[in-house]
Amino acid sequence: MSARHHIIKAVADNKPAFVPLPDINLDQVTGYDDLAAQFATVVQSIGGQVVPVPGWEALKPLPQAERAAGKWVVNAVPELGATDQEVSSMDAVQLAGVDMAFVPGTLGVAENGAVWLYESQMINRLLPFICQQLVLVLERKALVATMHQALLQVDTAREGYGVFIAGPSKTADIEQSLVIGAHGPVGLTVYLIG
Amino acid sequence: MKVQDHASAAAAFIADEPRTDWHDETLWWVRQKRDKAAHGLPEWEQLRSWASQIKDHTLSHLDHYLEEFEKNALANGVQVHWAEDGAAHNRIIHNIIRNHSIQRIVKSKSMLTEECHFNEYIREQGVEVVDTDLGERIVQFRNEPPSHIVLPAIHLKKQDVSETFHEHLQTEKGNNDPQYLTAAARVHLRDKFVHSELAITGVNFAVAETGAVVVCTNEGNADMGTHSARVHIACMGFEKIIPKAEHLSVFLRLLARSATGQPITTYSSIFRKPRPGQEMHIVIVDNGRSRQLGRPDFRNSLKCIRCAACFNTCPVYRRSGGHSYHTAVAGPIGSILNPNLDMKANADLPFASTLCGSCSNVCPVKIDIHEQLWKWRQVLVKEGYVAPAKKLGLQGMAWLLAHPAVYRLAGKTGRWVMRRMPFLVNNRLNPWYKQREMPTPPAQSFRDWYLKNRKS
Repeated sequence: MSARHHIIKAVADNKPAFVPLPDINLDQVTGYDDLAAQFATVVQSIGGQVVPVPGWEALKPLPQAERAAGKWVVNAVPELGATDQEVSSMDAVQLAGVDMAFVPGTLGVAENGAVWLYESQMINRLLPFICQQLVLVLERKALVATMHQALLQVDTAREGYGVFIAGPSKTADIEQSLVIGAHGPVGLTVYLIG
Repeated sequence: MKVQDHASAAAAFIADEPRTDWHDETLWWVRQKRDKAAHGLPEWEQLRSWASQIKDHTLSHLDHYLEEFEKNALANGVQVHWAEDGAAHNRIIHNIIRNHSIQRIVKSKSMLTEECHFNEYIREQGVEVVDTDLGERIVQFRNEPPSHIVLPAIHLKKQDVSETFHEHLQTEKGNNDPQYLTAAARVHLRDKFVHSELAITGVNFAVAETGAVVVCTNEGNADMGTHSARVHIACMGFEKIIPKAEHLSVFLRLLARSATGQPITTYSSIFRKPRPGQEMHIVIVDNGRSRQLGRPDFRNSLKCIRCAACFNTCPVYRRSGGHSYHTAVAGPIGSILNPNLDMKANADLPFASTLCGSCSNVCPVKIDIHEQLWKWRQVLVKEGYVAPAKKLGLQGMAWLLAHPAVYRLAGKTGRWVMRRMPFLVNNRLNPWYKQREMPTPPAQSFRDWYLKNRKS
């Protein structure tokens, strides 16, 4: 018999009597009067920043301004102009030089500052992790209170990969001293539109 | 090599008193951060109940969920492997590495690979695997195992890390600044990531409904590795299964808050399909889990989500250090998991507890950890895995307590000895005297006092 068969049989033989799933009643879950304020407070507390902007127009000059300063900027936000599709075929060695990436988010979570990104929004799966500075762009109306609402809205089976990102990469593995910028981005800015 | 038991290893650990105090206080600080995060959510206890119930349900339907998970993962283009024990897990990964003739391998945190002693195995095969979690890289440089499942290098001070990095990464001698040391590790590990050909990760949750695996990190090391490499191997104990993606909400709300007091880890990555041109494997491991599932008193331990809240709150863990548990998963949860893996080798662990119950109180999935510790003690004594001296002592005590007249005589003699000949007990032959003063003996026993005062 195969290992698979052995394991599944052993589990079937040894499992306890059936227990039903609980009903998860969202009325019992925290809500926030001002989702944007809560979201901004949490993102700041985890080392990132939230910048509210009235509309897309205010953001459009940003990628170009950073490029003019000599940075390698990758834009993945269609509303900000042409997207840099050429990074889709780049490998890690090439992408290691990216200074800044503009990536659209699907939704943001007020309770923990996390932003959901689908693979299709990143151009390359590595982009939001390997860039030095990550800029996420999100509409204010795409904020939800908690992870419960987030996982009801996001379809995690829609694509091959997706991620919740909350703040810049960090570590406290040396004597519990918090250091921002472990292996991934050293900075995270979320532009909240509307 | 003879492994020291918990008590002897703990005695060596506490010999350095300032360091013991520092270890204790550092972990208590993490526990306090957990409290602050938990108290910030009015529905915290409700979340714990939901998490516990979802896990109870999953264990009671686990054979179906494993088949559903496998079916969906295969449909996603993932190769699924099954390993009955640690050796099989190690061989499966080694075969994948060999089939691709791969040299450059990175691994993000996986307690399962520690449990299977994968690092030693693969090194013996002549293959180098670079651990990429900063704490794990530090202990790997030092040829040590992690001492904590979330904070692998929590037993080390920044001076220790500085010396290790000076030796291996040529950092400035004596520069102990965590910012500087982390920056050096960043340069070193980013180089490993971008050149990696194969990435191994653990799994925090595996979703039956979608065939996806979820990996949580703060550093981004799991993503840096998997998205760079052309092969991704995710290793999971079969108890990582949850039924639906929506259940992730409950566990992702609890995990980081319980572990470090963060509202969520920086990255919660959901891997469903390999990227175009990539190959993805999932190794599903039993290694004693199905046996534990069949023990009604202990199956609850399989609900664990590896947050380590029970470590940080444990008065014994905080003052004895993770290495004194001589197993991959230390702390209270390790002490109820490891006797299942090897009852004889780990018979000391359920005794490394005060049974205060704090572990059960902080557990996000409501495992009755302290009750299981107590139950394991009974099993171990019954099976004959307890040291003869301890067994004899317990039998002697049971006999004494069952014979009131002898008990009263023993009490009287003891009080007399402590008053008249204190040197007989205040010496190092008496294990109770170690690090304690003997109490002042009372003039009379409670029984004598009661008999006298009840009558008046």
